[in-house]
Amino acid sequence: MKRRELFRPLVLVAGFAFLYVPILSMMIFSFNNSRLVTVWDAANSPTLKWYAALFRNEQILDAAWLSIRIGAMTATGAVILGTLAGLVLARFGRFRGRTLLSGMTTAPLVMPEVITGLSLLLLFVTMEQLLGWPAGRGVLTITIAHVTFTMAYVTVIVQARLAGFDDSLEEAAMDLGARPAKVFFRITLPLILPAIVSGWLLAFTLSWDDVVISQFVAGPGSSTLPMVIFSKVRLGVSPDVNALATILVVLVAAAVTVGALLMRRQEHRREREIQLAVAENK
Amino acid sequence: MAESQAANGRMAAQAREYVRVDRVTKRFGDFVAVDDVSLSIGQGEIFCLLGGSGCGKTTLLRMLAGFETPTAGSIFIDGQDMTGIPPYERPANMMFQSYALFPHMTVAKNVAFGLEQERLARAEITQRVGEILELVRMDAYAQRKPHQLSGGQRQRVALARALVKRPKLLLLDEPLGALDKKLREKTQFELLGIQERLGVTFVVVTHDQEEAMTLATRIGVMDRGEIVQVGTPTEIYEYPTSKFVADFIGSVNMFEGRLVEDEPDHVRIDSRDLGGTVYVDHGISAAPEATVWTAIRPEKINIGRERPDGPDNVVRGVVREIAYMGDISVFLVAIDSGRMVRVSRPNIVRQAEDRISWDETVYLSWHASSPIVLTQ
Repeated sequence: MKRRELFRPLVLVAGFAFLYVPILSMMIFSFNNSRLVTVWDAANSPTLKWYAALFRNEQILDAAWLSIRIGAMTATGAVILGTLAGLVLARFGRFRGRTLLSGMTTAPLVMPEVITGLSLLLLFVTMEQLLGWPAGRGVLTITIAHVTFTMAYVTVIVQARLAGFDDSLEEAAMDLGARPAKVFFRITLPLILPAIVSGWLLAFTLSWDDVVISQFVAGPGSSTLPMVIFSKVRLGVSPDVNALATILVVLVAAAVTVGALLMRRQEHRREREIQLAVAENK
Repeated sequence: MAESQAANGRMAAQAREYVRVDRVTKRFGDFVAVDDVSLSIGQGEIFCLLGGSGCGKTTLLRMLAGFETPTAGSIFIDGQDMTGIPPYERPANMMFQSYALFPHMTVAKNVAFGLEQERLARAEITQRVGEILELVRMDAYAQRKPHQLSGGQRQRVALARALVKRPKLLLLDEPLGALDKKLREKTQFELLGIQERLGVTFVVVTHDQEEAMTLATRIGVMDRGEIVQVGTPTEIYEYPTSKFVADFIGSVNMFEGRLVEDEPDHVRIDSRDLGGTVYVDHGISAAPEATVWTAIRPEKINIGRERPDGPDNVVRGVVREIAYMGDISVFLVAIDSGRMVRVSRPNIVRQAEDRISWDETVYLSWHASSPIVLTQ
């Protein structure tokens, strides 16, 4: 019996270790004084010198800013197109080509990134030759490429959220005298807003850490942060990358924690209100 | 006197046709949901479409609201052809089965939504929302969100939201389906009160015959996309015109038989099912020797230990099952032909001395006016 009691906590610890020891060691080594990533300089550590170096590194700061811009543009574009596609798939019933649309919008989810990247590169090159647009490759082509594959995620999220809602909400609005456009902005949009927000964040995150597709469609002077990190690591891991990664992990962890706390508070409040309403009617 | 005047008023109102459904058919692919239905509904009526699931009643209602387009035929509301008129331009409002309250708006906002679409002045909207919430006794809850309300409260908000636009025609899809039995009975009478006060024409869809019976001035029974009978609740219950209606409304004992005596003032039916003959004190229109079905309601059958006089309308059996329901008791009697017959008796006294009990031999009899003779 004793052994079984030990077994479960052990599995838990092993699981967490598997997930988090690499990240933790990276974070610890970001405070290492030594230039060698694998050697801990006990005498002069911990130090913040790599963080200082990071904030002096123009290349990394520029790349981070570029990634944020591309991420925001991608997320916005993906949300607009993805919401439209999700809406059509969830609300317009059966129409000719529905299966095709559904398949094509979600295809990037399962398509290997290398293929998506390559095909987009070929498309951009051909378009440039035939139409003269987009001229060269850079921010615009990266953004278009990112929208292409992140839109699928938004579509799926929005479609799922809409499926959870009764069509009769929209019908009721129409029945009360609202025209279709008004129904969308007053009823449908507020209802799917949580899906749109999480779709935006997901699209941003996917764009933020994409390397493969960006490699294909990026041009000179348009290196995103992951591309810069990737090229730096290829020349040997430098400790300022550890510092950068630590900052990113902390930021993401903070955002996720705050988000989860807010959501839980809202859920609690809602539950309390429902209980109150039920109690009143007893 | 006042009562008869009210009844007269209702009759007069009924005379004016408000909704006309003219040979409407609705097909979904190969499936015929509504099959060549024609109806006329008078102003101020409460018309119930009653039927089992998939009988087309909801599709018919949705065509009245404008959410579905008839494949053939047309619908007229207040004399106006509704073909091609979208839901937001019809003089009808609908109360949805799920209530369809907007979850992101308060009760007051939900109710105000329809008025905002009419571009009324703020002050008027506030006033009318207040009035209608008072009418449904929800004024104390105006600032609540739908998830903070109980089922009955949601139902009342949905009703207020549909009524606040002062529609001439209110469509209700299973309005009381989501409520428990006690609340349902209470709400039925509230609904009747509101309808009488506002004089709105109601078209109610329901699968619950009790609901239809209490609410309706007339009932249209639907089966497989067709209207099989239209009539007042009494007509539907006491004079069903088909086996389906007799069986669907209330419970009934049905016996197959052969017409052996067909006179203008009476008929006699020989039924092997029953193991005897049925004498009916009115004539029917059926071919002699035709196969007919005799339907007798459980509450119209007498049960006793002594055999009543006369050769007809009596059958012997043994009590197999007694269900005590408080107000009535239901007896299941195995008659000599082997069939089970359902008999219900009101419990008039608290503790009957000599109560009929299990396995007793009894005689079942009924008045000659009770059997319903059906040819289809």
